[in-house]
Amino acid sequence: MALETAYIQEKLTQKFGNKVLNFAMNRDIFSFEATPDAIHEVIRTLKVDEDLNFHFLTDLCGVHYPDNDSQHLFAVVYHLHNWVENVRVRVTTYLTDENLEVNSITDLFLCSNWMERETFDFYGINFIGHPQLKRILNMEEMVSFPMRKEFPMEDSGRTDKDDRFFGRTAQNL
Amino acid sequence: MSDSKTNMVAPPEGVTGEGFFATKLNDVVGLARANSLWPLPFATSCCGIEFMATMASHYDLARFGSERVSFSPRQADMLMVMGTISKKMAPILRQVYEQMAEPRWVISVGACACSGGVFDTYSVLQGIDKVIPVDVYVPGCPPRPEQIVEGVMQLQELVKNESVRRRNSPEYKELLASYNL
Repeated sequence: MALETAYIQEKLTQKFGNKVLNFAMNRDIFSFEATPDAIHEVIRTLKVDEDLNFHFLTDLCGVHYPDNDSQHLFAVVYHLHNWVENVRVRVTTYLTDENLEVNSITDLFLCSNWMERETFDFYGINFIGHPQLKRILNMEEMVSFPMRKEFPMEDSGRTDKDDRFFGRTAQNL
Repeated sequence: MSDSKTNMVAPPEGVTGEGFFATKLNDVVGLARANSLWPLPFATSCCGIEFMATMASHYDLARFGSERVSFSPRQADMLMVMGTISKKMAPILRQVYEQMAEPRWVISVGACACSGGVFDTYSVLQGIDKVIPVDVYVPGCPPRPEQIVEGVMQLQELVKNESVRRRNSPEYKELLASYNL
């Protein structure tokens, strides 16, 4: 018997109540939200429950939504895959600006180590319990979190992008 | 006997007599240096592929005395930076440059090494001349092997005409000091 999305929903709702919400098919992947305090336990259940058996963490990443309300400014998205049934789920947890931290899942999936470091590197999201939470891709001296939308895309050290050279000024002065 | 003609480098200006040839030490040293520039390829992306073509038989950089590619900075004369240099890579490039012995020259190959190229972004160094002094810039994205050869030939001109005392001059020391080297 294939793993039905309704069954996943029922199983999670039974265990976590209103801490898991907004179940929906989103671009062919069954998606739902989990509150930050429950996310670790939700993923653990998805992994260790014999019926669910989501034993593979495909992806873990951060998102910044600057236009959302203060409760939904940041998100951490987890993609899980059950290889036996070939079913995927997407779990999102929303974080607030003031409390930008979530429990690390490195104890469940070793591969999440680098992915959480990358998310910290680019969004400044703190993963509680991570063994080595430091920058992974950017240089260590960097003070900002470059994938946040308030961060300018272009480098301020650029010297050859002078409008005069592109005929963009009135007198080309 | 083969019919091929060997192209020899012309001797510098000087006085020829019976059994002797007199010229300036500067010219002789310049001639020797210019025709045995050992390149150190610092290839990080697609310009490096063009450099491979430049070194291979068709374009053959060896014709200019650069057949000995040195992968140790201590034995190289000419640092060829080819490709995007990220800010994380910048200290490493600087360290490689510091390890090279004087006299040393730098060719910046391609738009990324010269100015950052299309990568006007937080993670990319906006031109290697932000961290090390550059002698010759080769434009292009990526430049064709002919252009890289032209860059090397331009550098040879610089090397030929460089005073043997230039590296001790206050101007040169000031240049290095401006880079904190």
